Amino acid sequence: MDQRDQGTFRERIARNRRNSLLLIAAFLAFVTIFGYIIGFAWLGDPTRALFGLALALVVGVVSGLVSYFAGDKMVLAASRAREITHDDAPVLFNVVEEMSIASGLPMPKVYIVDDSAPNAFATGRDPEHATVAVTSGLLEKLDRDELQGVMAHEMSHVANFDIRYSMLVGILVGTTVLISDFFLRGLWLGGGRGGGRRSGNGGGQLQIIMILIAIVLAILAPLFARLLQLSISRQREFLADATAVRLTRNPKGLADALQKISDDREVLEAANRATAHLYIVNPIKRFEKRSKGLFSTHPPIEERIMILRAMESGGVAETSGQTSTETP
Amino acid sequence: MGIVLLIVIVVIVVILVIYAIAIYNGLVRRRNEVEESYRQIDVQLKRRYDLIPNLLEGVKKYFRQEQDVLTQITQARSQAMRPQSPGQQAQSEARLSGAIGNLFAVAENYPELRSNTVLIDFQEELSSTENKISFARQHYNDSVQSYNTKIQSFPAVIFSRAMGFTEKEYFEAQGPERESVTVSYD
Repeated sequence: MDQRDQGTFRERIARNRRNSLLLIAAFLAFVTIFGYIIGFAWLGDPTRALFGLALALVVGVVSGLVSYFAGDKMVLAASRAREITHDDAPVLFNVVEEMSIASGLPMPKVYIVDDSAPNAFATGRDPEHATVAVTSGLLEKLDRDELQGVMAHEMSHVANFDIRYSMLVGILVGTTVLISDFFLRGLWLGGGRGGGRRSGNGGGQLQIIMILIAIVLAILAPLFARLLQLSISRQREFLADATAVRLTRNPKGLADALQKISDDREVLEAANRATAHLYIVNPIKRFEKRSKGLFSTHPPIEERIMILRAMESGGVAETSGQTSTETP
Repeated sequence: MGIVLLIVIVVIVVILVIYAIAIYNGLVRRRNEVEESYRQIDVQLKRRYDLIPNLLEGVKKYFRQEQDVLTQITQARSQAMRPQSPGQQAQSEARLSGAIGNLFAVAENYPELRSNTVLIDFQEELSSTENKISFARQHYNDSVQSYNTKIQSFPAVIFSRAMGFTEKEYFEAQGPERESVTVSYD
């Protein structure tokens, strides 16, 4: 909580804002090029390929805008979450309120997902439009201190603007997959109609090259988009853990909670690949076993718990230059 | 030549003015944060004052032999509700917390009270309100620290006093209930 800390906190928000803009720009550029290549591959000439470009751009912009303003509602609906008030779950509501006071942020909306596997996530586009959600299993299995640790972690995602960034990344991945699927299915069902007419001339050859490029892109783009999503969310989990401890001053609560959540063998049915990166602990358990790999949305939970335990004993922990604790 | 020099001077002055405005606005924002977080403490303190009479009403009949427990709470409450300096306030709040803690300790001796849902619900509300008070204080201290550091450091220190930005008082922690843990990120 020294000045340096406050500074890095604001810097992190600024960095998230800047990265968000870069991400949108890169995404639009990619969609434009990808759309043009697909258009060329499908329709067979440079002018008509502009139709593909326009279509991809429209799909990209529309899905981007819809997700930015309604993404949180879509995620909550997909998870079958329902909003609660203080009287539905007093302890949960109180704990969230405590964390909103500790962080100085407005009170977020609180949702419950009816699922016996313990987990939690936060979503929304900024702290004024934020939602935190927990599963009913989390409420049953965690004690008050542990629940507080989890909610502090979620409020940290809200405070750091991670929720907006995660949402944008989710849109990027979703739209890229959508366009790729659209192209690959079209190809399968008898695409390259224009190509049939033009085979034999130079345009046809160029078209075949474009088809090949488009196929390679359609296969690789979703993979790269997903890798981006994963690498980003891994770093953020460490930061959110550290910020959570700054809010609760109680590393033990979060450490115990993470231990309980990871020891739990139940599968979270409400989660899917599109929402997995939002949760506090990776809900797709079979990934967790080889989570040191590229394809994990979360850092290994043992490492997160180890860092928190080190804070507990007041020691110094360092991991990949991300997080450190110091005794006052 | 004279015109070039004039333009350079004007540009420098404009940049300095913009810089000063940005610093001033930063100070105002931080001061407002401090005041806002102080109000939040008051909101939570008031919430607890409002909860207490209901609690006492609900458990009164079980405490006929333990009147002084209830009297202590009532006294501590009216003491804490008086206007006072943040330092004194912290002391009388600690006394009130002690008195309430005493009530729950005594309640342990009464089997019919331990399973009383009114008491259980109140215990959650009260302990949550206590948490909210201490988190509100923690946030107040965080914003005071940020604000004080800002007005004491260069360049704000040149004009902060003249502009009426003065250091704010910290809320002193009472008792060892919260050990401080400092976390930094790099």
